[in-house]
Amino acid sequence: MKLPRHRYGRRLSYTDYIYNFFATISGLTVFNFEFFKQAFKPPLEIAEIKKHMDELGVKTFGIVSITGLIIGLVLAMQSQPVLQRFGASDFLPGMVALSVVRELGPVITALIFAGRVSSGIGAELGSMRVTEQIDAMEVSAINPFKFLVVTRVIATTMILPILSVYVIVIAIIGGYFAVIIAENMNFQYYIDSVIRAVQFGDFIPGVAKTFVFGYIVGIVGAYKGFTAEGGTEGVGRASTTSVVISSLLILIFDMILVKITLWLWPTIG
Amino acid sequence: MANDRVVEVKELTKRFGELTILEKISLVVHRAENLVVFGRSGQGKSVLLKCIIGLMNPTEGKIFINREDISKLSIKNLNKVRKNIGFLFQGSALYDSMTVRENLSFTLKRHSPQLNSKEIEDKVVQTLHLVSLADAVDKMPSELSGGMKKRIGLARSIIIDPELMLYDEPTTGLDPISSKEISQLILNLQKKLNMTSIIVTHDLICAEIIADRAIFLKDAKIAFEGSIQELTDSDNSFLRNFFSHEIIKETGV
Ligand SMILES: Nc1ncnc2c1ncn2[C@@H]1O[C@H](COP(=O)(O)OP(=O)(O)O)[C@@H](O)[C@H]1O
Ligand SMILES: [Mg+2]
Repeated sequence: MKLPRHRYGRRLSYTDYIYNFFATISGLTVFNFEFFKQAFKPPLEIAEIKKHMDELGVKTFGIVSITGLIIGLVLAMQSQPVLQRFGASDFLPGMVALSVVRELGPVITALIFAGRVSSGIGAELGSMRVTEQIDAMEVSAINPFKFLVVTRVIATTMILPILSVYVIVIAIIGGYFAVIIAENMNFQYYIDSVIRAVQFGDFIPGVAKTFVFGYIVGIVGAYKGFTAEGGTEGVGRASTTSVVISSLLILIFDMILVKITLWLWPTIG
Repeated sequence: MANDRVVEVKELTKRFGELTILEKISLVVHRAENLVVFGRSGQGKSVLLKCIIGLMNPTEGKIFINREDISKLSIKNLNKVRKNIGFLFQGSALYDSMTVRENLSFTLKRHSPQLNSKEIEDKVVQTLHLVSLADAVDKMPSELSGGMKKRIGLARSIIIDPELMLYDEPTTGLDPISSKEISQLILNLQKKLNMTSIIVTHDLICAEIIADRAIFLKDAKIAFEGSIQELTDSDNSFLRNFFSHEIIKETGV
């Protein structure tokens, strides 16, 4: 695997930044191909993947719960007066649910996940790189890409969809709290309205794209960490750039995936 | 004696960009020999070891291990060669998310998948005894001192019973007593297991204990080669200066 080098130093010019941007894009592309080349080769390291999924779940459970609740609350609070103005208060549960299912739940969960996890992977692998732990694996005839990168990327890809579904549920419940503050509504009625509004076709593309987001978070963090250089400073850089790049890629891919879904299934739109 | 050549480096040149770190270095290490590599910081000692183990590719030149040209090997065959080599990193490079036990068992399990967990545990304990740190088995690397890390690093690299050991500054940063103990340990291992070793160091006491032969790296070349006695007795002013300084530093005068 041949990866481009970045330019680091005290005083970087604009051209250095532009150069680094393209170095990252091409490096990520190479890294990506390497992932698919190695992902299905034995040993599959199932135990390691499970360990990472557990850790990721524990690490992000609290923050995504709060996020989900707040998304639902705020969305309902904001929509209520507007819908009332148009005499469409009945649509509130459905509106909250649709926004959360189709867009806000997956994307905001992914962004929070990127902030927490991509930086973590970047820092962890980065410090393993600069303290030669990755080299130590290599000389022990252990494949560090397989053991460190592939397992983490599979774990993030599998866990983010689960977290997103959880956030969607929490956000819909959060929406109910906002509703009952303003008016009297029975929970059963609220849920029925939600279920009537959300179709299966809304749910699938929303959740499907979180697999892609989870993959982005894992692969970007792993790439930045695995290729870190320059001591502790390099570890810090790996951690921060991971968050920036993965968040950006999540937004870009969101746009692309929404476009593709609308094009493939125009009826959903 | 040709069969005895465990490591042979032929005209190795290593450059980073414009910078030439090593230039046409040639050396041979025979079976059960301890070769010490001296040199000031930044003279490419670690780079030399990393080229030998295949972590870095030479810019020019060839490296043979047991008469196999390692640059020609596929990663699979290179790994076969590596299974007979132990490498002690300058900073120990312990896996810091694993306990001491896991550091050793992880390496051994992947090296010898046929072993059952009882055999692995026995070997871990036995190897930790060798480095006198059996009671640290459940500690995390962050709880160990620098000297203990070196010993655990040493234990981790010898647990696979390598034929060839590469030591990158095994005693640097240790107090004189620990440093002597580690040197003694390296010597014992070589005697007991008939190991071949390359030891990078600038610790003269360590070298005097271990070395069968020494080379001195300076300005990308091998400046001197011979026994420790010959090196220290040399009337070359640079060497005299280097070693007198080292002696003062090591005895703490
Ligand atoms: N991966 C690398 N990229 C660029 N330069 C390097 C790299 N590794 C080492 N160097 C340079 O090579 C020189 C020798 O390094 P090293 O072998 O670590 O020295 P030492 O003899 O102290 O072990 C240093 O100047 C170092 O900056
Ligand atoms: Mg060094």
